[in-house]
Amino acid sequence: MMILKIAWRNIWRNRTRSLVLILSIVLGMWAGAFIMAFYWGMSKQQVDDTIQQNLSHIQFHHPDFRENFEAKYTIADGDQVVADLQQDKEVKAYSERVVCMAMAASASKSTGVTLYGIVPEQEDALTGLKEKLIAGDYFTGKKNEVVVGNKLAEKLHLDVRKKIVCTFQDEQGEIVSVALRVSGIFKTRNSRLEEGMIYMQQTDLSALLGTGNGIHEIAVLLADDQQVDAVTDQWKQDFPADDVESWKELSPELRLIVESFNQYMFIIIGIILLALLFGIINTMLMAILERTKELGVLMSVGLNKTKVFIMILLETVFIALVGGPLGLLLAWCTVQLTHSSGIDLSMYSKGLEEFGYASIVYPELGMSSYFSILIMVVAAALIASVFPAMRALKLKPVEAIRKI
Amino acid sequence: MARTVIDAHELSKTYTEGPVPVEAVKDVHLHIEAGEFIALVGPSGSGKTTLLNMIGGLDEPTKGKVVIDGTDITGMKENKLIDFRLRNIGFVFQAYNLIPVLTAEENIEFIMLLQGTDKDERKQRVQQLLEEVGLQGKGSSRPSELSGGQQQRVAVARALASKPKFVLADEPTANLDSTTAANLLDIMEKLNKEEGMTFVFSTHDPRVIQRARRVVTLVDGEIEKDEMVNEPMVD
Ligand SMILES: Nc1ncnc2c1ncn2[C@@H]1O[C@H](COP(=O)(O)OP(=O)(O)OP(=O)(O)O)[C@@H](O)[C@H]1O
Ligand SMILES: [Mg+2]
Repeated sequence: MMILKIAWRNIWRNRTRSLVLILSIVLGMWAGAFIMAFYWGMSKQQVDDTIQQNLSHIQFHHPDFRENFEAKYTIADGDQVVADLQQDKEVKAYSERVVCMAMAASASKSTGVTLYGIVPEQEDALTGLKEKLIAGDYFTGKKNEVVVGNKLAEKLHLDVRKKIVCTFQDEQGEIVSVALRVSGIFKTRNSRLEEGMIYMQQTDLSALLGTGNGIHEIAVLLADDQQVDAVTDQWKQDFPADDVESWKELSPELRLIVESFNQYMFIIIGIILLALLFGIINTMLMAILERTKELGVLMSVGLNKTKVFIMILLETVFIALVGGPLGLLLAWCTVQLTHSSGIDLSMYSKGLEEFGYASIVYPELGMSSYFSILIMVVAAALIASVFPAMRALKLKPVEAIRKI
Repeated sequence: MARTVIDAHELSKTYTEGPVPVEAVKDVHLHIEAGEFIALVGPSGSGKTTLLNMIGGLDEPTKGKVVIDGTDITGMKENKLIDFRLRNIGFVFQAYNLIPVLTAEENIEFIMLLQGTDKDERKQRVQQLLEEVGLQGKGSSRPSELSGGQQQRVAVARALASKPKFVLADEPTANLDSTTAANLLDIMEKLNKEEGMTFVFSTHDPRVIQRARRVVTLVDGEIEKDEMVNEPMVD
C-alpha cells in the first residue's frame, strides 16, 4: 500500500535525524541485551555449578532428615531406590551419601562443616570430584581419610597429610570425636560450596555414626535437565515414604534467580525503552510539525484520519524495526564472541566468588529472550507513536492549508 | 439547462478567533453548473479562500449551506466529509500540493488507490493524465526534480485523477511566472472544453481573469459582480 511507501520514505527525508534515533535504539538494545546476557550467563553458571557440584538435579531424603540432620533418619527404602535408579534410563549418575553436621578443628582453628560419607567412584561420577583435586590423592584406601575444599583448608591452615579433628553426634546422640587425615584438597569455581564440605569414605563415616548400611541422601543427575520436574513428580509418586525434591525445592534461592530473570529483563529493557520513548516522541513530533502543510493537503484530498494515524504509526514502527533488530544482532554477535572466550573478572572477582559467582562469566541469552526484547521495542514504538499521531489528527486541513 | 454542481445558499463565515470577529464571507449565493470555467476575483482579504474552502468542504460555514450535486455537505461528519472530498472534489492549491516522497506518477496514483481503483485502470489513467498535462516521461520524477509549473500540472492531474465533479483551485498560478501560468491555464481550459470538467479558481492575475468565462467579484465578503465575460462554449 502507498501509505507504507510514504511512511518508509518519510523516515529518510531527514536522514541525520532518523539515523541518530535509529542509532540510539541500536545502542540501547545492544546494551540492554548484552547486560541481560551477562547477567544470565553469571546466574546460569551459578545454578549449573551448584547443581553440578553439590545439589544435582534431584535428591532423596528421609522426610525428617533435613529438619535437623539427625543421623537416625536414614532413607527407609534406600536399597529399593538405588535398584530403581540403576534401571532408569533418565538417570545419568547418582551418589549415595551419609551426611553429618560436625565441628572441624585443626591445630589452630575450628569451624562448622558437613561431613559427606561417599562411595568415591559414585561421587566422582556425579560431581567430577576427582578432577577438582589440586593437591594430594583422591582416597588411597586408608582408614579415616578425608578430601577437603581449598577454602576450608586455607581457613583451618590444613595441608595434605595434616590432621583434622571432627566432632559430631552419632546415631544414639552420643558425641563422637575423631581424628581424620587429609588425603586431598579440591577446588571449585564456586568457593562458597567448598568452604563447608568434607568428603570421607562412606564405610568410615557409617561406622562412626553407627548407622550400618543406612543412607541419608541420594543425589541424582539426569541425562536431560528439561526432565527434572517431570521425573521429580514421577518419583514422588513412586516413593511416597521419602522426600523427593528437585534442585528448585532444595535451593529456593537458585530457583528465584532463574525464575525472576524474565522480570529483571522486563525491568531493565523497560527502563532503557522508557528513555528511548522520549527520543522517539520528540523526533516524531518534530517530523509532524515540519509536515503540517503536507498533512493538510493529504487530508484535504482524501486521506482519512485512520490512514493518517496508521501512516505515523508505521513510520515510528519502521524506525524501531530498523534499530531494534540491528541492536539485537550486534548484541548477539557480542554475546557469541564473549560466550566462547568468557569475560575474566578475576581482577574484581574476590567478592564474586564469596557470593557463589564464578570469576569468568560466559554471557548467554536464549533466542526467546531476543524475541521478547524485539516485541518490547516494537510495542514501545507503537506507544511512542500514539502521541504524535494524535497530534497530527488534531490538525485541521483548513488551518494547515492557510499556512501555504 | 446544465446540471447544478455547486449550490451555495446564504453562505456566511465569521471568524471569531481574533480579538474582533471578522465577517469573511457574507450571505453569498452562488450557483455553479457543470462545465463552467469560473474565476473568483477580488482584493486581498475579500474572502476568496474562505469561500472556496467552504465550497470544498474544508471549512464549515457559520450560516447557510453548501449543496454539492444534490448532497448537502454542511454539518457532515469529518471522516465522511474526507471521503466525500476524495470522491467528488479535486483540489489544486497555491503550493506544496504534492507529496515530496512520492514521484509524479505515485502522487496521481495515490488518489486512485484511496478510492480503491484497480491496478490496471490506475496505471492506464496515470499515463493518460500525465499526457493530458503534457508531462509524459516525467512520471518517475520526484516533485523536487520538477519546476514550479510542472508541479502545478501534476497537481491538476492529481485533482482530475479521482474523476471529481469539479476542481477547486485557490490561486493556482500565484507562484508561477506569466508564461508558465498561461501554460497551466491552457491545460485547464483544454480539460474544460474537451472533457467538460468544471473549474472554479481564485486569482489576482488579470491575464488569468481574461481566460475565465464567468467572473465573480468579491468585495468584503460579498459578491459585488457576477458576469459572463467571454463567449459561452458551444458544444
Ligand atoms: N483563520 C482565520 N481567523 C481569523 N480571520 C481570518 C482567518 N482566515 C481568514 N481570515 C480573515 O478573513 C478575511 C478573508 O480572508 P481570505 O483569506 O478568505 O481572503 P482572500 O480573498 O483569499 O485573500 P487573499 O487574496 O489575500 O488570499 C480576511 O480579512 C482574513 O484576515
Ligand atoms: Mg486567499
